[in-house]
Amino acid sequence: MIPAAFEYEKAGSVEEAVSLLQRFGEDAKILAGGHSLIPLMRLRLAQPSALVDINGVKELNYVRLEGGKLRIGAMTRHVELQNNDLVRQNVPMLAEIADEVGDNQVRNMGTIGGVLAHADSAGDYPTLALMLEAELVTNKSRYQAKDFFKDVFTTAMAADEVLCEVVFAVANGPHKYIKFRRRLFDWAIVGAGAQKLNGGWRIGLTNVGPMPVRATAVEQALASGATPEQAAEHASDGLNPSGDLRASPDYKKHLARVLTKRAIQQAQGA
Amino acid sequence: MAVTQLVGAKIHRREDPRLITGHGHYVDDFLRTGMVYAAFVRSPYPHARVRKIEVTDAAKAPGVVAVYTARDFKSVITGATHPATPSFVAEKKHVPERRPIAETEVRFQGEPVAVVLAESGAQAVDAVGLVDVDYEPLEAVTDIEKAIKPGSPAVHEGAPDNICWDLAYAGDDVTAAAFAEADVVVKERIHQQRLAPTSMEPRGVLAEYDPYDKKLQIWMSSQGPHFIRLFISGALGLPESNVRVVSPDVGGGFGSKISPYPEDYLVAAAAKLSGRPVKWIETRTESIQNTTHGRGEIFDIEVAAKKDGTLLGLKVTQWLDCGAYTATFSAFQPCACLMAGGAYKWKGISARTVGIFTHRVPTDPYRGAGRPEATHLAERAVDLVAREIGMDPVDIRRKNFIQPQDFPYTQNFGLVVDSGDYDKSLDKALELAGYKELRQQQADLRKQGRYLGIGLSTWIEICGFGPSAATAPATGGIALVESAQVRVLPTGSVIVYTGSHSHGQGHDTTQAQIVADTLGVPYDSIEIRHGDTAEGPAFGYGTYGSRTLAVGGLAIHMACRRVIEKGRKLAAHLLEAAEDDVSYEQGKFMVKGSPDKAKAFGEVAFASYGAGLPDGMDQGLEATAYFDPPNFVWPFGAHICVVEVDPETGSVDLQKYVAVDDCGTVINPLIVEGQLHGGITQSIAQALFEEVVYDPESGQLKTGTMIDYAVPTANEIPDLVLGSTVTPSPSNELGVKGIGEAGTIAASAAVINAICDALSPLGIKHIDMPASPDRLWRQINQARATAGNGQKGVKA
Ligand SMILES: Cc1cc2nc3c(=O)[nH]c(=O)nc-3n(C[C@H](O)[C@H](O)[C@H](O)COP(=O)(O)OP(=O)(O)OC[C@H]3O[C@@H](n4cnc5c(N)ncnc54)[C@H](O)[C@@H]3O)c2cc1C
Repeated sequence: MIPAAFEYEKAGSVEEAVSLLQRFGEDAKILAGGHSLIPLMRLRLAQPSALVDINGVKELNYVRLEGGKLRIGAMTRHVELQNNDLVRQNVPMLAEIADEVGDNQVRNMGTIGGVLAHADSAGDYPTLALMLEAELVTNKSRYQAKDFFKDVFTTAMAADEVLCEVVFAVANGPHKYIKFRRRLFDWAIVGAGAQKLNGGWRIGLTNVGPMPVRATAVEQALASGATPEQAAEHASDGLNPSGDLRASPDYKKHLARVLTKRAIQQAQGA
Repeated sequence: MAVTQLVGAKIHRREDPRLITGHGHYVDDFLRTGMVYAAFVRSPYPHARVRKIEVTDAAKAPGVVAVYTARDFKSVITGATHPATPSFVAEKKHVPERRPIAETEVRFQGEPVAVVLAESGAQAVDAVGLVDVDYEPLEAVTDIEKAIKPGSPAVHEGAPDNICWDLAYAGDDVTAAAFAEADVVVKERIHQQRLAPTSMEPRGVLAEYDPYDKKLQIWMSSQGPHFIRLFISGALGLPESNVRVVSPDVGGGFGSKISPYPEDYLVAAAAKLSGRPVKWIETRTESIQNTTHGRGEIFDIEVAAKKDGTLLGLKVTQWLDCGAYTATFSAFQPCACLMAGGAYKWKGISARTVGIFTHRVPTDPYRGAGRPEATHLAERAVDLVAREIGMDPVDIRRKNFIQPQDFPYTQNFGLVVDSGDYDKSLDKALELAGYKELRQQQADLRKQGRYLGIGLSTWIEICGFGPSAATAPATGGIALVESAQVRVLPTGSVIVYTGSHSHGQGHDTTQAQIVADTLGVPYDSIEIRHGDTAEGPAFGYGTYGSRTLAVGGLAIHMACRRVIEKGRKLAAHLLEAAEDDVSYEQGKFMVKGSPDKAKAFGEVAFASYGAGLPDGMDQGLEATAYFDPPNFVWPFGAHICVVEVDPETGSVDLQKYVAVDDCGTVINPLIVEGQLHGGITQSIAQALFEEVVYDPESGQLKTGTMIDYAVPTANEIPDLVLGSTVTPSPSNELGVKGIGEAGTIAASAAVINAICDALSPLGIKHIDMPASPDRLWRQINQARATAGNGQKGVKA
């Protein structure tokens, strides 16, 4: 449980972080909350040559409502998302998801940018970003969520790219995210989110494939008048999840349907 | 009688302020001058030939002091290692020799092949990656059902059939009459998955060798330092007296820190070889991989009963996964067979135990060790019969309980159950749970298609190991009695040395409570010392098997009594009274009838170090006692679990948990509750969450971190409703039994019985552990498909 040796520098700004990444080269990594990266390093599953610590980069830590959009700095921590009034009022599902990430230690340290950049297939924010069509802003470019996640643990960002901001359109209508897990602090075995937006439904799924999934077939079924039960039957369309210790592939597909149904029903009931 | 009675008082643990504020001293807190750190090169394969080990690069790496392989240890580890006690299994078919480090063949994933010593822990771990081992992977068998099939790869040449032992305690002749008489016979196969003990503090060893005095000192996280001294001195060819083992604060053991491990021998030997103190602290992944696992069994049972619910006969076969070697106390688990009858009367029980080798880390005792399996089996068996004949699980239990007037009761295997009142604890549990209302609620919910279940476990336990006549043959010579030395200092304060060992149980508190009452001295003037072979009586037997109070506590009590006897002689002399006329009460020796003629305990203590003692009396006030109990002790209780199963997802909502336990006289209710909270949680963990999983193809461990090895937390456990009854044990003067394992022995059956009860409308009779949502969903689906009851099949 001792990581391999690495170099370490603290960056004071995004600009400095980028130049440090360039100086250290390909194998360097940004260190945000460290709650995904450090466990991997301790198991030596990740052995970065250098860490560029952005915990001191103040310009990445903010929540603002501008021009009808919620703009969240990449270093905003889960605990802030849980409690921030702007988040709670404008994208309440984000605050509710943040409430259920890991435990207190994880929520006090982990960041929204870290979750999105890490792109774990069981991460919850990527699903939300995808279904709400969030925009992800780096020092180099702006990505639509659907173009950002490329594979498990893989995003469109280059090695010297820093995720700076996530931009959500206001989504404060009926919504529900259900995270199915065995222990309170576990990652989702499967997660399903439903959000009413602009008269239609957005449906997203977590951990049913290498990347977050937008269940468009369910959205369309709902749009054409299907009941939640009927629509949710389509939640597993096209899914090909891999099994793991907690769930076999067919159980994950089953959960995708059940949780989608429940998320829509509970959102409607709320 | 003390001024205030401390036995029974709900006082806070005196060790807690130190431990909770981080001021405890665990092995990793000890530093020695010149200390180096060890890291192990371990086999990634469950079975492989070791062709060659290239250490040149590792030896040249920064900070590396030495790299040792099996050959290097030969000159130091000269004696036998890893003894396997005969335990309850009278005969073993094959006990392979086990060396702490593999030379030519590895037999489980994680088996050490080399040790690196370096100036820092990081350097040692880095250099492990530079040791180049040339393995030839061989076919492995990691499943007991496969292991006993002909043609399966043999784990040891000496056991081509992979059978370590195969023993019938009682054959089918014993049950033939019972089965002939039966109206119903039910059969079931019950799996007991492998569990990882996961104590908060993993294992750790620090060893220092002094070549001038030829003395070895070891600090390690152990439940029984005296046993470790015995084993290590033998292996290293040192006089036992030259080895000191200190087991300081220990963060849990659960049975996994009794037996000697490869690292214990290797770290000690490496200290001798290198001339430097060597420290090794196990990582969590090493712990899940290499610390002995618990359970790992399959039970085949057959139960014979009458239509009216009378239990008649039970046939049990235990298939036990020994792992790659016979662990030191591995053969203790067959006690599951001897306890399979539970709290009930049976005409006959036949039992066979088969120990099987596989290419996995060995199994050894884990909290309860054999007794949780016995309860699970017995409690499942009565529920299966109840279901078959349509009887309430409460009624079938009551009908078959051993009755209060039957005690002492000689059960089917000749063990004498000393006491019990099983209806009483059941009554109380039913009342606390609101059983009748629950059944009503269940009926109402069923009409709405909801699945509420109520599960019972009326468990009993054998503990307090144990009488010398029973345990000496079982351990291979050393009887599990217990020792204590009580020393009174001149000013009257007291030091107690005990051979048991506290690793979370709160002995510093409870043992001081006993001493305070027996000696009549203030609680705060009593110091309890344990865990250091250089202190106290010659040999200590350690803490496991819920034996410390019922055996160690009694040794302390006896030694206190001896101190008082000497004090009385001295007081009589000082008071110029006849010895018989002096009584001892509330800390004072008094002449009967003249209360003003008295000497306080402290005065007598001081006088005992002075001049003018009675003829023939030595100075000092101290006594040593070894307590050999006349019998085991037999705690019991009744647990009730209420669950609701979500039939759509298979998840289990644990709604209520009631436990009424009887551990005889209670020394400290707070500590009893703490033990129950932990014990019940560990057993719920087995029922619902935990399992060590290996890939069936590659034999690789898949649950190597706490993300995958799902230990539940307080969030997953409902508030426990605890109650108690008190039936003092007639087997010892304090009337005490044990409570350390009770919760673990009781709970898994209550949880699984509740789930089976919930799902009974679907025709589901049995569920294996852990009852994970995926497993339940699958089983519910299957049941619906077989029933073909018109419910919509679930598509996948
Ligand atoms: C016990 C436990 C349970 C958890 N449960 C959940 C859960 O249920 N759901 C969930 O979503 N998460 C969960 N997490 C993960 C947690 O949310 C992490 O905090 C998160 O995944 C990573 O965020 P971080 O800030 O800690 O990133 P780090 O661990 O510091 O970094 C993660 C990766 O992202 C990169 N990175 C971080 N920030 C940036 C940036 N601004 N620009 C570019 N690259 C960057 C890093 O280089 C690294 O590769 C859990 C973690 C733990 C330990």
